[in-house]
Amino acid sequence: MTLTNFDREKGLARLATMERIRAFEEVARRAAVDEALVLGAIHLSIGQEAVATAVIEPLRRDDYILSTHRGHGHTLAKGADAQAMMKELLGREGGCCGGKGGSMHIADFGMRMLGANGVVGANITIAAGAAHGIKLLGGDQIVVCFFGDGAANRGPFLEGLNWAGVFDLPILFVCEDNRYSASTLTSDMTSGNVADRARALGLPTTEADGNDVTALAATAAEITARIRQTGKPEFLHARTYRLSGHTYFDPATYRPEGEADEMRATRCPIAKLRGELVQAGVAEGDLDQVRQAAEKEMDAALDAARDAPWPAAASVFADVQDIGSPVEEAF
Amino acid sequence: MVRMTYADAAKLAVAEAMRADPTVWCVGEDLGRGGVFKQYTGLVEEFGPKRISDAPISEAAIMGAAFGAAMAGTRPIVEMRFADFALCATDELVNQIAKARFMFGGQSRAPMVIRKPMGMWRSSAAQHSQSLESWYVHIPGLVVCCPATPQDNYAMMKAAIACDDPVVYLEHKDIWATEGEVDTSLPGRFGKAGIRRAGMDVTLVSWSNTANLCVQAADRLAEDGINAEVIDLVSLWPWDKRAVLTSVKKTGRLVVAHEAVCVAGFGAEVVATVAQTMVLKAPPVRLGSPRGLIAYAPNLEDQMRVTADMIAAAAKKTMEFETA
Ligand SMILES: Cc1ncc(C[n+]2csc(CCOP(=O)(O)OP(=O)(O)O)c2C)c(N)n1
Ligand SMILES: [Mg+2]
Repeated sequence: MTLTNFDREKGLARLATMERIRAFEEVARRAAVDEALVLGAIHLSIGQEAVATAVIEPLRRDDYILSTHRGHGHTLAKGADAQAMMKELLGREGGCCGGKGGSMHIADFGMRMLGANGVVGANITIAAGAAHGIKLLGGDQIVVCFFGDGAANRGPFLEGLNWAGVFDLPILFVCEDNRYSASTLTSDMTSGNVADRARALGLPTTEADGNDVTALAATAAEITARIRQTGKPEFLHARTYRLSGHTYFDPATYRPEGEADEMRATRCPIAKLRGELVQAGVAEGDLDQVRQAAEKEMDAALDAARDAPWPAAASVFADVQDIGSPVEEAF
Repeated sequence: MVRMTYADAAKLAVAEAMRADPTVWCVGEDLGRGGVFKQYTGLVEEFGPKRISDAPISEAAIMGAAFGAAMAGTRPIVEMRFADFALCATDELVNQIAKARFMFGGQSRAPMVIRKPMGMWRSSAAQHSQSLESWYVHIPGLVVCCPATPQDNYAMMKAAIACDDPVVYLEHKDIWATEGEVDTSLPGRFGKAGIRRAGMDVTLVSWSNTANLCVQAADRLAEDGINAEVIDLVSLWPWDKRAVLTSVKKTGRLVVAHEAVCVAGFGAEVVATVAQTMVLKAPPVRLGSPRGLIAYAPNLEDQMRVTADMIAAAAKKTMEFETA
């Protein structure tokens, strides 16, 4: 690749984001496997960091994103506090959801991250609605909705995309295609292909390499600028690969022998960007420092989470509802 | 006091709320032409098609998108057309809307009114007739309201729109045209039952249209010298336990009647709550539909109905128990 236009500062910023996501998830995985500190299932996006990084880069702080069960990367990239996220994974006080949601419901409304979701595909209609709300209120924000390749086989995919098209809503749907839906090769269970479905619903659709953060960031910047200008929905199909199992404890034996190893060796988005930065004249040592800083930050986040207390027992009855709250009704 | 229909009472409440708050909007199929039951007639002319929004036949998206719009700062009124079709949006309501505030640790609210016209209505058969209110009472996070009169449909609709919790709002399809006096100055309150008839002998508890049948039953009982107290719960979550317990303490006799299937209906909750609290003069009675399906032919459909006569007969039986 030619690096004439390569922006080193942006490259380093992207590397920092990707390394932070990677480090957060590696630390969380260790906390789960070695110390049993992470309580429920967590879904790692290791190998997919470029999609979150590139697509969220052009967003403003007041733009919205909605994510999936595999949402740590999106949440961090949108600006959520890693320590509050780690506390949430450990179910502790100070977690971004007060220990009530865990990894699959991670959210930071302050950063306009309207939640991961435990129900595959459910975020698609909700995201369309957030864009609908923006339009009703006369705002100029946009919404980005991330979902997996498997989610495209659920009804909300059709209903949500159609909705966004009918009402001309400022939203980017991002299908983060990591090839697998849990243990199923998604293409085995998909008739036709996802990008064609989006086109058939009238959405301008871009297909891109989801592991090339430099190119994808340029694509995402163009698309999001267009959405902000036209107020109309678009679709991005980003091809990537899940280097880890479906959950942290999934050995992923259903994959062809050697597939993951080969992908790790040849298609790791972080390694690719590092290569570009080296070619652009950045010293390897500087790149290592970016990784070390990320690892240090996430180790500290885990230490803080480990030391945090459990949530107050009474909080289980808080924030259910105002009218007919279990706080009053418990008997 | 103004005389108006049950449908118009809700419409007035919606219109007033929309005038007062520009973030309130309605979304559902066919709303631009007034909605299937004409409960939105005229609103699009006043508020325009953005705030009285048509929708594709996408119940999951209507519910889900309204929820997203609620999280983005609006206050949607969601029209599900028939309570039966709301089942197409069950995940959105039960897994998303009801739980979001809690799961996200209080970061979000879902201030929504979800209108679900319910109940039996002119040979509509099994997919257009159901009363599923007890399903929603079982879901923490939801408020459940089943108004029976124009007054309550006005006041409770206003309260539902003002409420920051998601409110499942079940209007009965058979009484859209029923007229009544509406005092717009009376506030609606969730968890506050209405005493539709005062009486000393037996307590009749109900909601939605069956509460109206209980009033008819009370009139018939009065002819036989029995004074029934009729309690219209109006909202099922929260529900006015105090009103029921106070009444049954006085009468010692309880009949709970509803249109929904008797088995695992909300009547069971009412009877159990009373039975846990006090000893009655006669065994409490639950009246509801047999656990059968609602048919098209009137003679078949009628077998699923709870009638005023059945309610009166059950009340009389509780009176006879004492004398037996
Ligand atoms: C409606 C629903 N069905 C099934 C599941 C169980 N489940 C969780 S993740 C997943 C796979 C989703 O695949 P995809 O959408 O491609 O996302 P990925 O896990 O690859 O990120 C499944 C089947 C679920 N959470 N929700
Ligand atoms: Mg997938």
